[in-house]
Amino acid sequence: MIRVVLPYHLRTLARVEGEVQLDVTSPVTVRAILDALEARHPTLCGTIRDHGTLKRRPFVRFFVCKEDVSLEPPEYQLPDAVLSGAEPFLIVGAMAGG
Amino acid sequence: MGKVRVLVGTKKGAFILTADGKRQNWEVSGPHFAGWEMYHLKGSPVDPNRIYASQTSGWFGQVIQRSDDGGKTWGTPDGAPVPAPGEMPQGESNKFVYDGAVGTHKWYDGTQHPWEFKRIWHLEPSLTDPDIVYAGAEDAALFKTTNGGKSWQELSGLRSAKEHLWQPGAGGMGLHTILLDPTNPNRIFIAISAAGAFRTDDDGKTWRAINRGLKSLYELPDPDAEVGHCVHRIAMHPSRPNVLFMQKHWDVMRSDNAGELWTDVSGNLPSDFGFPIDVHAHEPETIYVVPIKSDSEHFPPEGKLRVYRSRTGGNEWEALTRGLPQANCYVNVLRDAMAVDSLESCGVYFGTTGGQVYCSADSGDSWNPIVRDLPAVYSVEVQTLP
Repeated sequence: MIRVVLPYHLRTLARVEGEVQLDVTSPVTVRAILDALEARHPTLCGTIRDHGTLKRRPFVRFFVCKEDVSLEPPEYQLPDAVLSGAEPFLIVGAMAGG
Repeated sequence: MGKVRVLVGTKKGAFILTADGKRQNWEVSGPHFAGWEMYHLKGSPVDPNRIYASQTSGWFGQVIQRSDDGGKTWGTPDGAPVPAPGEMPQGESNKFVYDGAVGTHKWYDGTQHPWEFKRIWHLEPSLTDPDIVYAGAEDAALFKTTNGGKSWQELSGLRSAKEHLWQPGAGGMGLHTILLDPTNPNRIFIAISAAGAFRTDDDGKTWRAINRGLKSLYELPDPDAEVGHCVHRIAMHPSRPNVLFMQKHWDVMRSDNAGELWTDVSGNLPSDFGFPIDVHAHEPETIYVVPIKSDSEHFPPEGKLRVYRSRTGGNEWEALTRGLPQANCYVNVLRDAMAVDSLESCGVYFGTTGGQVYCSADSGDSWNPIVRDLPAVYSVEVQTLP
């Protein structure tokens, strides 16, 4: 079971509280998690990655195990701690402001 | 007596203000979509409980919301079911994809730049079908839904009207005005910053620029250029769809022939710069503007917030000040932030970047703030209800 933490605005948009738990088939990549997330919550389509190109939106970041994996390719395979559910996959709105 | 429902889009959420026909005691609902930029909300003229909203975020992009109960509850229009394994999700109510080859427009440095979708500035529901809505986008394009917002298609003929010469101003290249002709379903007027005004007579298939008579002495190398004028807003009275009123970057203009030719009606305004313009619900020659000092100083002249009314279709203007701050006021009123109701005594409304929404229940003679401390107001629409 993969644990996904959404930023506040996407939790309200998808009408979820707390974490989202997803069954993701192996290999568990960034793309596979986002595919599963959008399949569960279609209203999130286009908000994390663009329609069509599926490129990550510029001000969205992905964190796992205290590492920023935003710049990794979509095929990046996530570490065992995420696969086991020990650590969540965090989707984060980039910092803005002064 | 009737009642009114005012739909307010702000920088940090949407608010719904309701009152009976006296328009003295208001109920405030919101913030809806707290923290999101709400560029515009507008109800269907056919089904007033059907309201569409443009919700945007620099982080998470564009979302379209729809209410079918007058703004009590909201949802994304696709209402997409969870897809079966192997199927792609169907969340497409926020999918705005330019039609065909993307094309280019003029960029700030004079080079050609590809179209990039940023957000929906304005939603205009059909006059006859609650499932049909037109959406004005930045970068400028017109989209249409025929299924209540579940999916959108670009009316790409618009961008054939010399798109390569369109160039964004400092505020972005947004399609901000959509006027539907109530007597001719094939005719639509739109306006774009900073490309100008355009008209279709075949339901959006082909378009042409309607900017003759506009002069942009300080903004364009050719002041009489066919496209490139920074039109801020156009308004029309439904009983006379060939008569259009325009607030341009500078100049208040009118056309008596559906945009074929424009004439300057700025007359005795203290400044002819501004953003909104609107028409009285029952008097087609009574129009309203809010003069702003200049393009460099986006606040009212002399720090006095004054709505100006012309009862002669322009040229002769009177200041409306009763109830409005007449000292130390340095707010702006944005292009989509003025509206009128159609009660017997016409109500006029506008919102400011300081978060006030003002109402006049007597055609502008006197004003009262409905709310004073909202986030910066982007848009104001009003629904007149039985």
